[in-house]
Amino acid sequence: MKKVKIYVTLRESVLDPQGSAVMGSLHKMGYAQVEDVRIGKYLELVISDEVSDVDALVNEMCQKLLTNTVIEDYRFEIEEAVSQ
Amino acid sequence: MKFAVIVFPGSNCDLDMYHAIKDELGEQAEYVWHDATDLSSYDGILLPGGFSYGDYLRCGAIAQSSAIMDEVRKAAEAGKPVLGICNGFQILTEAGLLPGVLLRNKNMKFMCKTVGLKVENANTLFTSEYTESQEIQIPIAHGEGNYYCDDATYEQLKKNGQIVFSYADDFNGSRNNIAGIINERGNVLGMMPHPERAVSDLIGGSDGLALFKSIVKQWREANVTHA
Repeated sequence: MKKVKIYVTLRESVLDPQGSAVMGSLHKMGYAQVEDVRIGKYLELVISDEVSDVDALVNEMCQKLLTNTVIEDYRFEIEEAVSQ
Repeated sequence: MKFAVIVFPGSNCDLDMYHAIKDELGEQAEYVWHDATDLSSYDGILLPGGFSYGDYLRCGAIAQSSAIMDEVRKAAEAGKPVLGICNGFQILTEAGLLPGVLLRNKNMKFMCKTVGLKVENANTLFTSEYTESQEIQIPIAHGEGNYYCDDATYEQLKKNGQIVFSYADDFNGSRNNIAGIINERGNVLGMMPHPERAVSDLIGGSDGLALFKSIVKQWREANVTHA
């Protein structure tokens, strides 16, 4: 099995009201050093060993469902999953 | 005219839509569950508002992969009117039937009130019963209605007259106050405001009724011509 760790981030050109609200809170708490906050998503997938090209499969799934490429970028890492 | 009201798990404006069509417009309406695989017997397709699949992942993203969406695509390709309201609009953008995407409102709040809308294009099959630049009052109820698209897409929308409704005031951050857009062919409309909640003065307003009347009128005219 392979474990795939997917990081989904908002594209630079897209405003992130959630990130702005969090930065506002951090500033109010005294963390004036924070210059920007962007909020993204983290997904973990476990993929069966039957799949030969995990890379292609993950790209396909990211483009079809897991991300919206109009507003989001993604990158992922593939690791050997330890069975439980 | 026979309308399909598509129902996803988490849709919650399906009854309002059904009521608007059946009781106020006086046309036929049927609920169609998201795993149905045939929409060929319907003349118009309605995607209601709500929170399909709890807005998990992104609003509209999971509904977009439902079996029924292949049929909605077929209906759109066949030139049938397809109307997505609120979550229905979000589903249409996720499905790629309309360009752009709906982001979180700029103030992070879920907003529920009646707002002024300007009819930007009264020459569509959804707006022929309005007049150009007419201002109408329609309720909104959304947390993610902040329309976003890139510059090239916006120029295309503008050039082709695809911007159908805009808000009189900016309250959610939508690009150029866009409230509703149509596809290039002119038979798929997505909008965040709820015309189906403004179909009778008894419930606060009837400015939405003309939208549904436009669809029916155009359909009747087309069918008479082809008969």
